[in-house]
Parts: sequence; structure tokens; C-alpha cells
Amino acid sequence: MSVSFALLGLLENGPRHGYDLKRTYDDTFGRDRSLHYGQVYSTMARLLKNGLVEVESEPGDGPDRKRYAITHAGITDVAEWIGRPEKPEPYLQSTLYTKVVLALLTGRDANEVLDAQRAEHLRLMRELTRRKNDGDLADELICDHALFHLEADLRWLELTAARLDRLAARVRP
Amino acid sequence: MTDQPLLVADSLRLNFGETKALDDASLHIWPGEIVALMGPSGSGKSTLLHCLAGILQPESGRVSYDGRDLTAMSDSERSALRRGEFGFVFQFGQLVPELTCVENVALPLRLSGAGRREAHRTATDWLERLEVGDVGAKRPGQVSGGQGQRVAVARALVSRPRVVFADEPTGALDSLNGELVMKLFIAAARDTGAAVVLVTHEARVAAYSDREAVVRDGRVREQEYAR
Ligand SMILES: Nc1ncnc2c1ncn2[C@@H]1O[C@H](COP(=O)(O)OP(=O)(O)O)[C@@H](O)[C@H]1O
Ligand SMILES: [Mg+2]
Repeated sequence: MSVSFALLGLLENGPRHGYDLKRTYDDTFGRDRSLHYGQVYSTMARLLKNGLVEVESEPGDGPDRKRYAITHAGITDVAEWIGRPEKPEPYLQSTLYTKVVLALLTGRDANEVLDAQRAEHLRLMRELTRRKNDGDLADELICDHALFHLEADLRWLELTAARLDRLAARVRP
Repeated sequence: MTDQPLLVADSLRLNFGETKALDDASLHIWPGEIVALMGPSGSGKSTLLHCLAGILQPESGRVSYDGRDLTAMSDSERSALRRGEFGFVFQFGQLVPELTCVENVALPLRLSGAGRREAHRTATDWLERLEVGDVGAKRPGQVSGGQGQRVAVARALVSRPRVVFADEPTGALDSLNGELVMKLFIAAARDTGAAVVLVTHEARVAAYSDREAVVRDGRVREQEYAR
């Protein structure tokens, strides 16, 4: 899911060929999860079908000579995805990291992404705190486990907020 | 709920030398709500709390409480307001070391003219409510950190303030004691209908609030304050 938004978002700064898109993705988000070409082309085919990208063909057409450009509908989709906080759950970092980096790359407010996510996390933490204080020892222990994990996410959000300037300097072209 | 905020900070600015501690900070506190002020260390949370409570005067901007302009009052009017309507809980050191715990809690009542016996009876009730009924005769130096904070909460609430200001009330406690202080503090505040302005950098503490406001570089990002 986040891969297709990430690819779409990368097109906001200008049209790209498939292989270029893969390389940019790997440089920006890759690390231990670089993409296969096949994944890029199948994702582009789906985005094309949904009207979120369009193809600019070049002279001497072959499959590799296709340049993908984002459409207005695509930009709206990316904005909507970046702005919408994720449901709090463990192992969220890669999606959040993608959103923060994309926001920086496309000139959106990355602090807003972090704040919206913090609000969503705290909402769930409040609910768990209420449940724990109204419940028995078992509720207390179960809720505490979830609360400590959510707190760890929030610390990551806090640290990321404090490092946004450095991250921006690294990811901006 | 009324349709007027109880306490409003409007575009506060305050510098300490070169440091912009508050830089156009605004905040609204509604009657009876619990608001967590979050944000990184040095972002201006304590300064904002002190301005809201009339302890510090902003260089520009306004603080109003119940429709009255706090920033335009005389010092003595402001201290009278603090004694009558506000309660305070800080991270540590706010109890008078020479007095017993029950005398500490009774102090605000004595200062506003209550008789000794009545003040002590009310103070003892508050200590029991915060599950520290057994430390009344001890001095603050003889009780644990968690017990001391619960005594401080009792003292903050004993005169039934409309706003309690709490700056890192669990900052010096381990998580188990911190949780207990928060649970009893917030339950008691809700019972009395006091609003709470709670400065904390800990999310598990902030989770006792109704909503959060994030302070960053002397400004507040306030979410969903309108009712
Ligand atoms: N009395 C003071 N004198 C000089 N600088 C101060 C004083 N109080 C606060 N500051 C500075 O103002 C900024 C905000 O401080 P503070 O409100 O205590 O932040 P927080 O409570 O969020 O940690 C910090 O940079 C701090 O160093
Ligand atoms: Mg502080």
C-alpha cells in the first residue's frame, strides 16, 4: 500500500521512467527493502488504470521508453494519504517514515503529519487508560503493554520532529 | 459546559534575553477540562503555565480568567486570585518541610481564615482520598516521593480551585508511582470540577487528559479546542 503511494509521490517532482523511479525509491526509502522492476511496472499499470498517472511516450518506443507523470487525481490521492493519520499499531514506522519523507520531498508540512499521528496515538492511549483504570488487574496489565508500545511510537515521532531539518537536508534533491 | 473558555492566553510573547520563550502563544482552557501541554524540553511549556497562572507577566498579549484580564491586574489582585481560584502541583519541593503533611494540606485553608480543627479535618479527608491518610503526622522529609506528590495534590485541591496547574507532577517518580498519582489526581479533579493544565513530556501521563496542546518553539498547536 505505502509503496504505491510512495512511487506516486515521487512523481510529484516531475515525470520519470520506470527504472529511474525504482532507483529513486531505493535511494529514498530502500535500505533493506529495495523494489523489483516487476513491482514498479505492475504498480504503474494499476495507477494508470485508476487514472492516477499518465504515460508520456518518447520517440523510439519500447516498454522502457515510457515516462510516467502524476495526474491531478494522483496528487489529490497523495495529499489525502499523507494527511490521514495511520491507525496506531506496532511496526508502523516504515509507513510513517515514508509519509514524513514524502511530505518533505513534496513541500508539504511534515510537522503536521507528525502532529496528526500523535493525536491519533494519544486518542487510543486515552481509551486504554480509561479501560485500565475502570478494569481489574488483568485489564491493567494488558492495557499497560499496549500503552508502553504506543509510548515508544510517540517517542519516535518526537525524535523525528526534532530531526526534521536534518532529514529534509538529506532527502531534498 | 458553558460556552466560554475559563482561561485564555492570547498571543503571548515573552523573551529571556535572546531566548524567545513564548512567541505568539495562544491557548484556551474550558471549565472542568484536563489539558496536557506537551512538547520538547525548552519549548516554553513551563513559561506558558506560569503566564496562565499569573506568576509571570508576558511582555505582550493577554491572559484572561473568567472574563477578567489577568495581565492588567495589580500584583496583589493577581495573588488573591491565585490563592482563591488556583491550585498548584510541581515536580518537587513545594511542601513546607517544617510542617507535618496534614498541616501542609491544611495551610491553604488556614490562610483563607478557616479554624484549625476544621482545616485539619478537611485536610485529613483529602489525604485519605489520595490514599495517604497514614502520613498526616509525618513531615515531608519522612515520606516517599510518591506519597509526597499525593500530599501535594491534596494541598492543591483542598481549597476547591477552579484550575489546577501541574508542571511535570510525576517527573521525579517511577512509572508505578507516577500512574497512581495521576489516577488519584485526575479522579479527584474531575470530582471537584476543576480544570487541569498538565505539563508533561510523558505520553502515558498525557493520556489522563481530555486533549493535548503541543508547544513548539514558544508556540502552541492546539487541536479541537472549540466546543
Ligand atoms: N528564568 C529564565 N531565565 C532565562 N531563560 C529562561 C528562564 N526560564 C526559561 N528560560 C528559557 O526559555 C525557554 C523555555 O523554557 P521553559 O518554559 O522552561 O521550557 P519547558 O518547560 O518547555 O522545558 C528555554 O530556552 C529556557 O532555557
Ligand atoms: Mg518545564
